[in-house]
Amino acid sequence: MAKVSFDVNGETHQFELDTRTTLLDALREHLHLTGTKKGCDHGQCGACTVIVDGRRINSCLTLAVMHQGDEITTIEGLGTPDALHPLQAAFVEHDGYQCGYCTPGQICSAVAVLAEVKAGIPSHVTTDLNAPVRLTNAELRERMSGNICRCGAYSNIAEAISAVAGRSA
Amino acid sequence: MRSFSYERATSPGAAAAAAATTANAKFIAGGTNLLDLMKLEIETPAHLIDVNDLALDRIDETADGGLRIGALVRNTDLAADRRVRRDYGVLSRALLAGASGQLRNKATTAGNLLQRTRCPYFYDTNLPCNKRKPGSGCAAIGGFSRQHAVVGVSDACIATHPSDMAVAMRALDAVVETVRPDGTTRNIPIAELHRLPSDSPEIETTLQPGELITAVTLPKPIGGTQVYRKVRDRASYAFALVSVAAIVQRDGSGRVALGGVAHKPWRVEAAEAELPGGAKAVTARLFADAKQTRDNAYKLPLAERTLAAVLREGGA
Amino acid sequence: MRFEHSATFNPIDQLKVIGHPTSRIEGPLKTTGTAPYAYERHDVVANQAYGYVVGAAIGKGRIAAIDLDAAKAAPGVLTIVTADSAGKLGKGARNAAPLLGGPEIAHYHQAVAVVVAGTFEQARAAAQLVRIDYVKGDGKFDLAAERDSVSIPDPTIGGPADTAVGDFASAFVAAPVQLDATYTTPDQGHAMMEPHASIAAWDGDKLTIWTSNQMIAWGAEDMAKTLGIPKENVRLVSPHIGGGFGGKLFLRADVLLAALGARAAGRPVKVALQRPLMFNNTTHRPATIQRIRIGAERDGRITAIGHESWSGNVSEGEPDMAVSQTRLLYAGANRMTATRLATLDLPEGNAMRAPGEASGMMALEIAIDELVDKLGIDPVALRIANDTQVDPEHPKRRFSQRQLVQCLNEGAARFGWSKRNAKPGQVRDGRWLVGMGVAAAFRNNLVTKSAARVRLDQQGRVTVETDMTDIGTGSYTIIAQTAAEMMGVPLEKVGVRLGDSDFPVSCGSGGQWGGNNSTAGVYAACTKLRETIAQKLGFNSEEAVFADGAVRSGNRSVPLAHAAGAGDLVAEDAIEYGDLAKTYQQSTFGAHFVEVGVDADTAEIRVRRMLAVCAAGRILNPKAARSQVIGAMTMGVGAALMEDLVVDKRHGLFVNHDLAGYEVPVHADIPHQDMIFLDETDPISSPMKAKGVAELGICGVAAAVANAVHNATGVRVREYPITLDKLLEWLDVD
Repeated sequence: MAKVSFDVNGETHQFELDTRTTLLDALREHLHLTGTKKGCDHGQCGACTVIVDGRRINSCLTLAVMHQGDEITTIEGLGTPDALHPLQAAFVEHDGYQCGYCTPGQICSAVAVLAEVKAGIPSHVTTDLNAPVRLTNAELRERMSGNICRCGAYSNIAEAISAVAGRSA
Repeated sequence: MRSFSYERATSPGAAAAAAATTANAKFIAGGTNLLDLMKLEIETPAHLIDVNDLALDRIDETADGGLRIGALVRNTDLAADRRVRRDYGVLSRALLAGASGQLRNKATTAGNLLQRTRCPYFYDTNLPCNKRKPGSGCAAIGGFSRQHAVVGVSDACIATHPSDMAVAMRALDAVVETVRPDGTTRNIPIAELHRLPSDSPEIETTLQPGELITAVTLPKPIGGTQVYRKVRDRASYAFALVSVAAIVQRDGSGRVALGGVAHKPWRVEAAEAELPGGAKAVTARLFADAKQTRDNAYKLPLAERTLAAVLREGGA
Repeated sequence: MRFEHSATFNPIDQLKVIGHPTSRIEGPLKTTGTAPYAYERHDVVANQAYGYVVGAAIGKGRIAAIDLDAAKAAPGVLTIVTADSAGKLGKGARNAAPLLGGPEIAHYHQAVAVVVAGTFEQARAAAQLVRIDYVKGDGKFDLAAERDSVSIPDPTIGGPADTAVGDFASAFVAAPVQLDATYTTPDQGHAMMEPHASIAAWDGDKLTIWTSNQMIAWGAEDMAKTLGIPKENVRLVSPHIGGGFGGKLFLRADVLLAALGARAAGRPVKVALQRPLMFNNTTHRPATIQRIRIGAERDGRITAIGHESWSGNVSEGEPDMAVSQTRLLYAGANRMTATRLATLDLPEGNAMRAPGEASGMMALEIAIDELVDKLGIDPVALRIANDTQVDPEHPKRRFSQRQLVQCLNEGAARFGWSKRNAKPGQVRDGRWLVGMGVAAAFRNNLVTKSAARVRLDQQGRVTVETDMTDIGTGSYTIIAQTAAEMMGVPLEKVGVRLGDSDFPVSCGSGGQWGGNNSTAGVYAACTKLRETIAQKLGFNSEEAVFADGAVRSGNRSVPLAHAAGAGDLVAEDAIEYGDLAKTYQQSTFGAHFVEVGVDADTAEIRVRRMLAVCAAGRILNPKAARSQVIGAMTMGVGAALMEDLVVDKRHGLFVNHDLAGYEVPVHADIPHQDMIFLDETDPISSPMKAKGVAELGICGVAAAVANAVHNATGVRVREYPITLDKLLEWLDVD
């Protein structure tokens, strides 16, 4: 067992946890913040994506005890059914989901992707590494590729994100 | 996952010393590979030494004009570093070709070098694997080996090293800096970091027990056209079937390293003399001792064709 | 309500709510992470313990000895259940292999134990301490090797093992143009994002399970049968399902092990199948070998068509009915199909999205393209030339609707098919060899009983209850639209409660039957409620008009809220079908158009454009229906280019049993997808005049991709998936 405390969606939580507890299980099983999903538990699907200190990560492949003092944003921290985040609203409008299980991870990832592009972080498909990064169609799809949607809502997800980013897919 | 004790190291020397004195200890940084394997009990450390507090997350210019990359620099940050993008494009490209945005945000420079193979037989603890359980046999030989190594293999193991980053670093002649448990440091040319499987595939690097990677140094930029080409079935978020890291100079000389074909980034300096003769001549040397299976024989022509495309792109 | 005659004008035809592209009503829950899935129901019962599944380490054989001492002594362990301690178990009618193995092992990763502990971490660690000695048996794992020792199955679904019309053999030999080709499709996994998961709680002899299941009534029934308890003692609750695709049609090990674990531990237990276990523990789409022979006149008219398919399964398992569509899709006087089944010791094969047609169309629609090569006729034109408006086996039996030709023509026009170069390997865009492919889409429309209960309360709110499930299909929304249309209220006034075995039994989600049948069941219940209301108000129910939140007759109008009076008004009914499905053949049709690029150097294949045109009856919600089709198109791309559960024929397992090893498409694999529905209403299908779309969308996609690859490169690959290693040697070096 080990003690750790971190912020989730603006609220500080203190834990005494089995050191083996992943950040994902700390959120789901200890805080009952079940919006973050467990799809594979091995970093192969992206359903567990959360934003830690401004960066998206797979919460299944990190230990809770390694996040002392961190600021974590989960899907619950982005918006509520009555006050949707613009990306959440866009996913509804563009039907950017079907079963809904990968959706929180897709949305957390999308929030971070827009920030990454703004910060000028390149991607695999960036044509010129030394030029400013632009959110093209190919960029969006490459950057979102760590979030698998088996229902196959990709085309709609791209349109939802593009709508928020202010361009068409 | 077995129970383990956990500490946060305060200095590289202390971390290395702790690793040497604590039974069955492991360092953890990004954790993206280690925790994956711990969940399956392929890795079973009794003690984890969290090295994330060590101030090893800077990228500094070296006196001779190169770059010193801290062991904890995240893959995203290394790929996005303006100097890396400008002077070591092959490295930036290799990093961006790997994993996903989420994983690159966590994965570290040192951790990427020390990734373990993605061989499905290594991952299934019910099946024989000499790397996981020395002496148990190799289920990949005679099994599903489409993704496996074609060169440098042994009768004990045909696994590949999964890293993209390491392939680019191999082409760049990177040097790995470490600290050992006794506090001494050393520099290991990347060519000497990873081992071929031989009869002991469980030993993957030349690091000593407790030895901690603290940095990777890149020599001063050598210019040239730098290309990293990764070939895979899926367009993203997949390991390489074959990858080519190439640095091609205007005079046609250059460097070539391959990923996805061996237990380590595969570079044969002597083969680079053949560059004027084209991809076929180079790969003939690179694969002089190839030993392919029925499933992965395609990698030989694939590597040649990919190299040809890369050389065209490089203007050679 | 019995549906026995072609539907006439009814309240659904008003299309005030139905037919509109309404956003999903549960969307705000799904996008905020507040829609509850099975494993995360902290709200339903306290004191939940964690179960972790141990899977068999061999493909075939038996357990010689099992040692639980170390595991039982591990921290936090509450109980361990194995076949030894589970008590006598039955087997659900829809399970072939037992869900809990031991001592006999039927397949790799068959569950052999569940370890229950206070925390997930404790259960996972203790599961590794279970020591099992196995005696390996001689298993059969190689379909191709068993091809000559197959049996003639007696399929319960999808038609007989052999069909024949005319004289196929003679007509084929006599045909001036002949095609005889063999194709293979691999084993494929559902790989839904939510693992199979359940929380089980006992209250005396009553068992409640919060789970993730497509077919609630089947699950409850098979759970009761497996445990040997009365059906009424089992309640299944499954309001949200994180993907199924057929993989959650049946009772699976998570449900049984949670129930057994909870009984042994004396407290609620939750179990999720670990991802690396899922591919071998659960079901999959079985691999097939398919031989197709087509004889045609030089003008392209088919005179003989034969389709034989071989697949394997565990004993008691069914064959993949890959020949199904070949009985109906194209004309031709002389026809035959044959389905053969090998007994294999691989995991159980079962339904996956469009079972039968998905595999069958992968082969048949390449075969048609190969016939094109021999005839020199355009692939769209050849398909049109062989259209039939009647069941070719029973020419008096018409299709209720069949717009295949229109789908092909519309698609060709929209896709720019006329720009396709018929000669392969001619179009180049930089490093890419570019090609276009087409395939027909075909999937039958199935009708089946479905019930619902509708309640009107004093606020004028309408609540629908049915055990129908929403697996991402849009059930919540189309059911709400149906009730709103029927009762004349806005969508916001309708509540929908799904996935609970306490509710009336619906058709469930499978076989693309969910949309049409479940809404028809709601239609039936609403019709009854309308009658109840009219009667109560003294209206003639024939004349009563339900609109704008009121019921009107003549110049009398009463708000619905008042109609309920002191208590709720409740009506329950089911849609049941007469013989229309026998009189008419009901099917859904479409055309898939795909453009691919093949890297001239590496042979990497990337899809550049996709279009589907579908005709599938009334489209109840174009937004949700379009999503079903584009999702199926995505899965079709996976089937074409990457999905392959690789069999290790020595050890008897699917080797690549996780989401890194079993690749499914990611964002970067899928371009913007175009999809349109043709106008259609099918009064033969149901009062909704709708049909299924969710499986139609996958049928033919992979072949369209394959045909595009051929058009790009001139290389014909007959073994799926089409990967670069199968193209490389045929592509010229630049």
